[in-house]
Amino acid sequence: MAKSDFSSKSSSVTLKNLTKKFGSLDGSGEMTAVDDFNLEIEDGELVTLLGPSGCGKTTTLRMVAGFEFPTSGSILIGGKDVARVPPNKRGLSMVFQSYALFPHLSIYENVAYGLRVQRLPKAEIAERTAEVLDLMQLTSMAKRHPSQVSGGQQQRIALARAIVIEPKVLLFDEPLSNLDAKLREYMRDELRKLQKRLGITSLYVTHDQDEAMAISDRVVIMEGGKIRQTGTPRQIYEHPRSKFVANFMGKANLVPALFEGREGDGAVVSLWGGKVFLSRPDIQSRDAGSEPAAGDTVSLVVRPEAVRLTPATDAGPGSLIAGTVVRLTYFGGVALYEVMAGDRTLIVESHNPQATGVFEEGMTVGIHFDLDSVRILHGAEC
Amino acid sequence: MKGKNRSMRLSHLAGDPVLLFFVVLVFSGLALFVVLPLSRIFVYGVTDDAGKLDFAAAIEMLGSGAYASTFRNSMMLGIVTAVIATLIGYAFAYAITRTDLPFKGFFKAVATIPIISPPFVLSLSMIFLFGRNGLITRRLFGIEDANVYGMRSLVIIQSISFFPIAYLTLTGILEKMNPAVEDAALNLGASKFRIFRTVTLPLSLPGIVSALLLVFIQSMEDFSNPAVISGNFSTLAVEAYRIITGMYDMRGGSLMALMLLAPTFAAFALQKYWLSGKSFVTVTGKPGQVRVRAEGPALKWTLFAFCALIAFIVILFYGTVLVGAFVKIWGINFTLTWSHFKYVFSVGWAPLRNSVTLALIATPITGILGMIIAFLVVRKSFPGKRLMEFLSMLTFAVPGTVVGISYILAFNQKPFLLTGTAFILVMVFTFRNMPVGIEAGTSTLLQIDMSIEEASTILGATSAVTFRRISLPLLRQAFFSGLVYSFVRSMTAVSAVIFLISPRWNLATAGIFSLFEASKYSDAAAYIVVMIAIILVAMAILNFLVNLLGKSERSV
Repeated sequence: MAKSDFSSKSSSVTLKNLTKKFGSLDGSGEMTAVDDFNLEIEDGELVTLLGPSGCGKTTTLRMVAGFEFPTSGSILIGGKDVARVPPNKRGLSMVFQSYALFPHLSIYENVAYGLRVQRLPKAEIAERTAEVLDLMQLTSMAKRHPSQVSGGQQQRIALARAIVIEPKVLLFDEPLSNLDAKLREYMRDELRKLQKRLGITSLYVTHDQDEAMAISDRVVIMEGGKIRQTGTPRQIYEHPRSKFVANFMGKANLVPALFEGREGDGAVVSLWGGKVFLSRPDIQSRDAGSEPAAGDTVSLVVRPEAVRLTPATDAGPGSLIAGTVVRLTYFGGVALYEVMAGDRTLIVESHNPQATGVFEEGMTVGIHFDLDSVRILHGAEC
Repeated sequence: MKGKNRSMRLSHLAGDPVLLFFVVLVFSGLALFVVLPLSRIFVYGVTDDAGKLDFAAAIEMLGSGAYASTFRNSMMLGIVTAVIATLIGYAFAYAITRTDLPFKGFFKAVATIPIISPPFVLSLSMIFLFGRNGLITRRLFGIEDANVYGMRSLVIIQSISFFPIAYLTLTGILEKMNPAVEDAALNLGASKFRIFRTVTLPLSLPGIVSALLLVFIQSMEDFSNPAVISGNFSTLAVEAYRIITGMYDMRGGSLMALMLLAPTFAAFALQKYWLSGKSFVTVTGKPGQVRVRAEGPALKWTLFAFCALIAFIVILFYGTVLVGAFVKIWGINFTLTWSHFKYVFSVGWAPLRNSVTLALIATPITGILGMIIAFLVVRKSFPGKRLMEFLSMLTFAVPGTVVGISYILAFNQKPFLLTGTAFILVMVFTFRNMPVGIEAGTSTLLQIDMSIEEASTILGATSAVTFRRISLPLLRQAFFSGLVYSFVRSMTAVSAVIFLISPRWNLATAGIFSLFEASKYSDAAAYIVVMIAIILVAMAILNFLVNLLGKSERSV
């Protein structure tokens, strides 16, 4: 089927200064769930809201859907303000965490529901429903009821039901969290393929960073109702702007160091008594424009895979400090270490341990950083 | 900020005309048929004939010894009945949910008989069995002057009538209790009895208190049994009726009714608002493991003997009326005859037809209104939602006597001149029976994932379409049990309608009551048998319709 079949109605989404406050349960005060949220989603783009529970990501999604009303700010779909448009007139669809299939209707009727509600001609309903059932490989089970099919199939029904109405925007509320790990990865890839193929603008909510990285054009990291960082998965992983982001998108060692000064594009810091040159520090300050002064404490963001261990006897040049392995978890393809270095514990990920060797608990090791991928965070935020 | 939220919700309401329509409709109904009558009876109790504030009548009544003893009687009856009925109910519930008792289906059926039964049955069999010409008292023991009237008979009758309420409440609690908790105690080495004492019993305590309060309310507001068998033992519901119909003292009756309202309302408030927060039942979303634990044989057979005894009594009482309807003169001449049915098919026919007609009209109204209110309260957000919930459940706490008197007061003058009409009876049925439908609908809706309705909405459906195509089908079970209940209650209502019937719109239950007053017990028995038959047929038809609907849906 041609891509244009489905994408014709897709449109951009703009969220401007979106704020949502809830009265607290005792009625005494209020709580800000979403705080001055700004986002542009381009036509056909998949943007993920990623954050811990209670960060406001679901509230934001529900405001776009129309299930919650913003306290202030505006939502534009295809350039049109939809603040006063009820959810059933917004031309969106949504895939729910629980799938929310209609238990009393057959799979066919579940998928056809949105078309029936629009009172389309019978022939068109039949044609479009059959088309989508076929696309989602559900044709053979169309007569069954949702309770008679597996979790992965239910997921596909939910998706079929959402795309058949050719929505302007497709909303996803943690759609994969009820699947087991293997199926989740499979469905994740299927979903991304389908979204790209149909070119539907999508807003996706999840708390799973792997999922966010795998499917998104762009990721918005949220915490406490605020946007912490927006960017492609790669931008965010490689250039986190705060400790929170560094920790939420992947794992990170945050190692304190003393800032010495800039040197060209790079920077020099003192770490564990020695001077270290970082070629691409990408210094991020809490206050935009402020620059760390010599002698300021900064945090180094060191990804676990950027730490290399060597046998202690080999602690020659390049080794920053000696440490002790306190814990080894062997995964086969990866060995995960906790190493005591000075007064802190570093997490270390060593790939292909069969080739590089495994360090047992209690062993003394030399610690090396891949200095090109170490970043600097500066200020109270870091 | 709060004001802004409110105005947002108001504008939301304005933007959804269907929602607005139903909110306004429900509130108008509640205002007219709940708030207006209740406020009328309150005001009436503390004003004089000229409408001026006057507490004289109220103070005089409170000070009189006769009133005090009536109040004491009702309270005493309520408490004793509540305790006995709850004990029987707990034994039944425990036996059925926790043991592999034989004949479970039979015991369950026995426990539903008193719920769907017409009024007066148990009182009538009490008279047949233990009265002056009683089968047991006169025939068996040769007692010539047996006095069946009084509190003792009332306690027995009410305990049998109301133990099913306790049984149903406690079954719910015992079934929902996670068996793993008891297994954990067993695993830790506790004996079976110790587990019951330290785990099962404390966990079912909220259910026990709930059952006690519900039975207490039923006992207090019971009109039919005390009216025919209490003798000199006066109760509030009956006294209020006698004061109004016998002494034409509307104000005195109203005050008596208000004194009845106070304890029942307190019990209702306690049950609904205080106790509901105390429930320990953990609902996990996992399908409940319905599991029978094998209790020791000693306990099992003790429970079996007890349940069998109760079942025997229930069957004895109902069987007595059945036989009583077909014998010439009870206690004297046991020749079989159809003669008692003559009354039913002559004088008694019009009231019976009225009862069926009005119940048939009220039933769908009650059912649909109940579902709409449950839906609005659980799923929608609009100003005054809590008030709507409170008002619609309120009639459950208000004894029928109070409802009947307050409807007379509210609707005997323009602009709402409704007394004597069929309409007022339909409204009494509707607003009195609605709470059970609402309760069933609410608990079903709470179990249905809200995103199912949201999915319908975002696919383009309006509130009305979502309700009709998604919510209502999912509520079918609750809806139909609400219908059955509402029909049965409408057919069997006495306490409220006794004030509102007119020569044109007389009802079957009032017909039976007048037969009692004329001591025509055998005619009453025949009348009751016909009513039971109608109720059973109606239930069978409703059941058939449910299944039919279920099938047609599946074959789509």
